[in-house]
Amino acid sequence: MAEMTASSSQDRSQKGDTSLGHIAYVLRDNPVTMLAFGMLAFFLGCAFFGPALVPYDPLATNAARALEPPSWDHWFGTDNLGRDVFSRVIVATRLDLTISVAAVALSFVIGSVLGAAAGYWGGWLDAVLNRCLDTIMAFPLFVLAMGVLAALGNTVENIIYATAIINIPFYARLVRAEVNIRRNAGFAQAAKLAGNSDIRVLAFHIFPNALPPMMVQVSLNLGWAILNAAGLSFIGLGVRPPTPEWGIMVAEGANFIVSGEWWLAVFPGLWLMLAVFTFNLLGDGLRDIVDPRKRT
Amino acid sequence: MAPRSRMILGRMAQAIPVVMGVVVISFLLTRALPGDPAAYFAGPAADEASIAQIREELGLDKPLFQQFIYYVSDLSRGDLGTSLTTGQSVLSDLAARLPASLELTLAALLLSCAIAIPLGVLAATRPGTWVDHLCRVLVTAGVSMPTFFTGILLIYVFYYLAGVAPSPLGRLDFIYLSPPHVTGFYLIDAALAGDWETWGGALKQLVLPATTLALFTLAPIARMTRAAMLSALSSDFIRTARAAGLTNRKVLYGYAFRNALLPVVTTLGMVFSFTLGANVLVERVFAWPGIGSYAVEALVVSDYAAVQGFVLAMALLFVALNLVIDIAYALIDPRIGLK
Repeated sequence: MAEMTASSSQDRSQKGDTSLGHIAYVLRDNPVTMLAFGMLAFFLGCAFFGPALVPYDPLATNAARALEPPSWDHWFGTDNLGRDVFSRVIVATRLDLTISVAAVALSFVIGSVLGAAAGYWGGWLDAVLNRCLDTIMAFPLFVLAMGVLAALGNTVENIIYATAIINIPFYARLVRAEVNIRRNAGFAQAAKLAGNSDIRVLAFHIFPNALPPMMVQVSLNLGWAILNAAGLSFIGLGVRPPTPEWGIMVAEGANFIVSGEWWLAVFPGLWLMLAVFTFNLLGDGLRDIVDPRKRT
Repeated sequence: MAPRSRMILGRMAQAIPVVMGVVVISFLLTRALPGDPAAYFAGPAADEASIAQIREELGLDKPLFQQFIYYVSDLSRGDLGTSLTTGQSVLSDLAARLPASLELTLAALLLSCAIAIPLGVLAATRPGTWVDHLCRVLVTAGVSMPTFFTGILLIYVFYYLAGVAPSPLGRLDFIYLSPPHVTGFYLIDAALAGDWETWGGALKQLVLPATTLALFTLAPIARMTRAAMLSALSSDFIRTARAAGLTNRKVLYGYAFRNALLPVVTTLGMVFSFTLGANVLVERVFAWPGIGSYAVEALVVSDYAAVQGFVLAMALLFVALNLVIDIAYALIDPRIGLK
């Protein structure tokens, strides 16, 4: 008896070793993914602690020191009202990440429920869902987001809803495909025969199999959601000045670029780009871990 | 009926439910307006009676389904409502501004195809070389670049620092007169009129915004070309062709490239969706007088009829483009008609 538990716990630890070992192996092979995890940690740090650590109040104006180029006092220079660009860029991290994470989480949940139901039960549910998704995808997605924002009203929450709506089709289709190929698999039938309800089989036996590809999608989508939200606030939707947000800061800085004050637009733009880049790298890296065949 | 034309007809039939869905969604968007549309259209100075009158005029007192019928019959007459800012009908506003947007989009797509497809082919045929690495860097950087930021950087470098680009204000400098209206594409109109000075001026204005959009669309096209070319090159018919002793040129361009082109054409549909969205941002950066900046102006002043008209027009344009792309796919696919 003691022998058996020992051997089974050894089995488990070995199994843990191999999947962890596999991840470590892939990561060693791909230092870029390590870098991406490091950058993600940096952005999360900015989002959590940034507002407490920045040297200046992001909203405090100082007319005496307006439009100063980058210096030791102001690493990223000051804007037309004398606000410190560095502080604004760092503080904006929290808002930008919140918008994109909330939007992606929302579309993840809604897309999973819709896609899992359609993939498992099929029939008219599947047909109706497919039609609806086709219709959403028939719109240029950024344009649809603009239309949704115009209809719902111009607020930060509505940016989240609009971004979530245009992301739902990607998740719903992915989950539908993953669930559909497994709905009559042996393990699903065994779980049903053991007396589990349909919902239970779907939620605890079939759906977890869809999670690895979903994680890749989440990571790639986060970058895209940040771009979308920043684009919407760039054209003056959602976030209102003087709130620090990357898109709106680039938009404000754009007025000064033709007269040579480049730091107003370039630093928030670079930060935005870096954040998107991080999520894209992370997505590619996760895909390597999840699906070795797609490694390039 | 020939299988090719049967497939094209089938594809056109598939577009009908999508168009119906698009119309339903844009109707719902119009009716989801915050507050009372009648009070909004009546203006701030209106009293109860005039609001009620407007509500009746707009058919807003009727049940939703009946409103939808009114909406569809308005649409079928081409009536998208009246813009509050310009005072013109939304349809004529959009029609007047559409050529500017199309000229920009098409120039950008041509430019990015001209760069991305050869780049992808070279990267696939010479894996591990500098071309391959360049392709990978461009692809990763390209998808992370916010279009509006690329545009601003280009303005800073080429307008402010280098001084070679004209000021980023619209389609034509003030010193030129716009060419006589034939197609609405300045490059074509100026060429038709034989006015090469204006043609050059219009081209100069077009270069930066088109490059901005092209940089954005470069990544997906190059990535897809490379992947499609790689998978085509590793297929059996290429091995057979090589074994049969065909020249490298014939194998690459006669067989591999033609087959690799099919997934690339499909990707173009998705790329177009992104381009139409990115267009809005680029037009904003370069003060390009297209339908994107029209919609942004309308959004800022809450001119809902104009925004909804814009969304509907873009969606219909996109559906039509996808249709054209799928038909082109049917025309170039060598396998259709063989079976």
